[in-house]
Amino acid sequence: MTNPRLLEVEDLVVRYRTRRSVVRAVESASFTVGEGETVAIVGESGSGKSTTAYALLGLLPRAAGVTGGRIAFDGRDLTALPERGWRELRGREIALIPQDPGTSLNPVQRVGAQVAEAVRLAGDADRGAARTRALGLLADAGLPDPEAQARRYPSELSGGMRQRVLIAIAIAARPRLIVADEPTSALDVTVQRRVLDHIGGLVRESGTGLLLITHDLGVAAERADRVLVMRSGAIVERGTPGEVLSDPRDPYTRSLIEAAPGLARTPRPRRVRLTAVPGGAPGDPFAVKPDALPDAVPDVVADGPVLRVEGLVKEFRAPRSSGTVRAVDDVSFAIPRGRTYGLVGESGSGKSTTARLILRLADPTAGRVFLGGEDITGSRGGAQRLLRRRMQIVHQNPFASLDPRRPIERIVTDPLASFGLGSRAQRRRRAAELVDLVALPSSVLRRRPAELSGGQRQRVAIARALVLNPELLVCDEPVSALDVSVQAQILDLLAALQAELGVSYLFISHDLAVVRHIADEVGVLSRGRLVESGPTEQIFAGARHAYTRELLDAIPGRR
Amino acid sequence: MARFLAGRVLQGVFVLWAAYTLSFTVLYALPSDPAAIAAGTTSGVTEEQVDQLRHEMGLDRPLTERYLTGLGGALHGDLGRSVQSGEPVRSLIGDALPPTLAVAGAGLALGALLGTGLAVLANATGSRRLRRTLLGLPPLGVAIPPFVVGLLLLQWLSFTWNVFPAIGEGGWRGLVLPAATIAVQPAALIGQVLARSMADELGKDYVDVARAKGAGPLRVNVRHVLRNAALPTLTIAGLLVGGLLTGAIVVEVVFSRNGLGQITQGAVSAEDLPVVQGVVLLGALVFVTVNLAVDLLYQVLDPRLAAARRAPGRGPSGRLALFTFAGRG
Repeated sequence: MTNPRLLEVEDLVVRYRTRRSVVRAVESASFTVGEGETVAIVGESGSGKSTTAYALLGLLPRAAGVTGGRIAFDGRDLTALPERGWRELRGREIALIPQDPGTSLNPVQRVGAQVAEAVRLAGDADRGAARTRALGLLADAGLPDPEAQARRYPSELSGGMRQRVLIAIAIAARPRLIVADEPTSALDVTVQRRVLDHIGGLVRESGTGLLLITHDLGVAAERADRVLVMRSGAIVERGTPGEVLSDPRDPYTRSLIEAAPGLARTPRPRRVRLTAVPGGAPGDPFAVKPDALPDAVPDVVADGPVLRVEGLVKEFRAPRSSGTVRAVDDVSFAIPRGRTYGLVGESGSGKSTTARLILRLADPTAGRVFLGGEDITGSRGGAQRLLRRRMQIVHQNPFASLDPRRPIERIVTDPLASFGLGSRAQRRRRAAELVDLVALPSSVLRRRPAELSGGQRQRVAIARALVLNPELLVCDEPVSALDVSVQAQILDLLAALQAELGVSYLFISHDLAVVRHIADEVGVLSRGRLVESGPTEQIFAGARHAYTRELLDAIPGRR
Repeated sequence: MARFLAGRVLQGVFVLWAAYTLSFTVLYALPSDPAAIAAGTTSGVTEEQVDQLRHEMGLDRPLTERYLTGLGGALHGDLGRSVQSGEPVRSLIGDALPPTLAVAGAGLALGALLGTGLAVLANATGSRRLRRTLLGLPPLGVAIPPFVVGLLLLQWLSFTWNVFPAIGEGGWRGLVLPAATIAVQPAALIGQVLARSMADELGKDYVDVARAKGAGPLRVNVRHVLRNAALPTLTIAGLLVGGLLTGAIVVEVVFSRNGLGQITQGAVSAEDLPVVQGVVLLGALVFVTVNLAVDLLYQVLDPRLAAARRAPGRGPSGRLALFTFAGRG
């Protein structure tokens, strides 16, 4: 007999006490999760969805507290449960699959021991029995060769494998409810699909209830029996995936549907104008000085591709053996001026290494890199430094790529200062210009990164990359760390900037759905090889390579 | 690993050489005449006799020659003879070392135990008041000079209640008060640093996962957090060893114990330079050895460090960061 009201949440209110004020993180949320049922809560960061999840496990941080409403599990009221009572419940009845597999495992303990601990804490298995059972759990979680993996440390496993270890920990005590807090947002789309398939299978087999927290409506619609949309702590929409997608009542849900890259049937229209002169207008103090440019450039600049790579190869020495690993294997492509080339592949496919070769941060084993027709493969010293003015990078993680101690103005003008361009006042004006260009209020100039949201920080990173007026911007997974709704804003911004400045992009991503919205041409990278390359819509209409089709299938919400 | 080890040993050898050279330079630049000291202040010693002594001690030879013979001797473990007693410095120090090692080792062990206990308890307790009280202790422990602690302990535990002997000789009972005196500062420093890094670790995601497994606060702190938080503390502990020698000097005076402290104090006040230099070299040797051990312990405690060393080609390189802040300098 299945219990349709395994978990009942009624009018839940959670508040955070900060030094200055009280923040209401969850505002009278009500929902139920039945045995064997999957319920998804969708919302962006700060919507209160993770707070709700942690409240269900009694794991709210010290500053937070449940100040109203009721949480009942299997008819038992948990609202006033003391810590000791929660300890009995956690793991055995309600388990957690956390968000970030990179940080959610103890880095100094072997993964087998971490799973075995979950077994031991849940019952009275002795040490040996727990170890054996841990191996079985790792196998159940879909980890290949569990005997060998169990002896490894988390740092020796890939993100997908770590998430499987966390799944093994979650199912160790056969809980009746699993709370999965963004279980796959830190993973590649292909891995995301495999992991979600696996969780789905385990839940179906065992009749466990699953509460899936995600920022991606596509994921929620594909996986859940019922979908709840949360905004500013309140549930604004609820229904079956079909109801929510086809007939959204709340305007916020509609914007989420539009933002989800995989749900849109056609990419957003974009205009591309070539108005601005790359390298800066004459008389501009930040323009590249004529004598700094190589002589050959002006003739080629007019219509040749801004970047061309030919037969790029990079080999690394393999760890613990004398052989080599080919990270990049015979990669060739070109980026026309003012256009975007999307480089797609999963982690380890050689995307970032290709970017490093192009940016001259690493030397290729073979092949050539041409920037504006000029061969830059062997550039060194001063010439290489000048290249920094012509190509810049936007990193994946806006939380790590900005110096936390500097005000935004210093961050944005830093490249100008390094090249000794402009007076202090000119630089300040330039920073204000750039901040305006990336659609941030000028008040951010005096703030520090910690005071900005992820999307705002990524805008700052873009402003910093553009401050030198580069011809080429390498965007390495620029939106992967952001919520879908913010992703859409950043993609729109990049498109608008291209239209206005004529800058070209090399856009690197693991997500074909994202690339579709920005790239004119797409190259698919698998194990260092470019397996498919062509105009974006052609790839989407008829992918020839099996790997590309797998990437396409992995896009959530595309079925 | 072998290369890493060889590099560290080489560094250690350099430090020892530097310690020898520096102490030689400083000590022999002092305006003091070892021969006159050796001859004593008793009247009736003629100038010739002192010259004779100076010749025997090699003091009339050029400075570089004295430096090189001294260094050669030190390499073979020969540190010269005490000016006061004429005994070889090596056997003087060798005899004084065991009691000092016992008291310093016991002090450090006790300090580490107390500091760790304080850090774990402060972080594991549910009571905010207990936490605040415990975290208030380390600043107090650092602020009080060790000799004051020693005198207070003597006053209460020896003279008033007569629990432990006042003279620190004879068996473990004599070791308790000196060790406790030495332990205060290491305990305070270790407690402070460890409690702080444990509090930082407690905010990490893996702690949530451990708690979600059903682990209680003590288990979370001891099994998961402690080892992750240990690295900064280990560095501190390695540096503390140097201070222990100073601590031992104070304690041996307060509790009238024999040991390196007594010898050092005697040698310094009598300007017995070979002995002083021997003590300096011993201090450097202990420091180098302990910090080598700390470096090796890092690898054991954090598998990521060992892995990073095995595969040098991997991991983010500094050049990527340089890129965005292009071409500085």
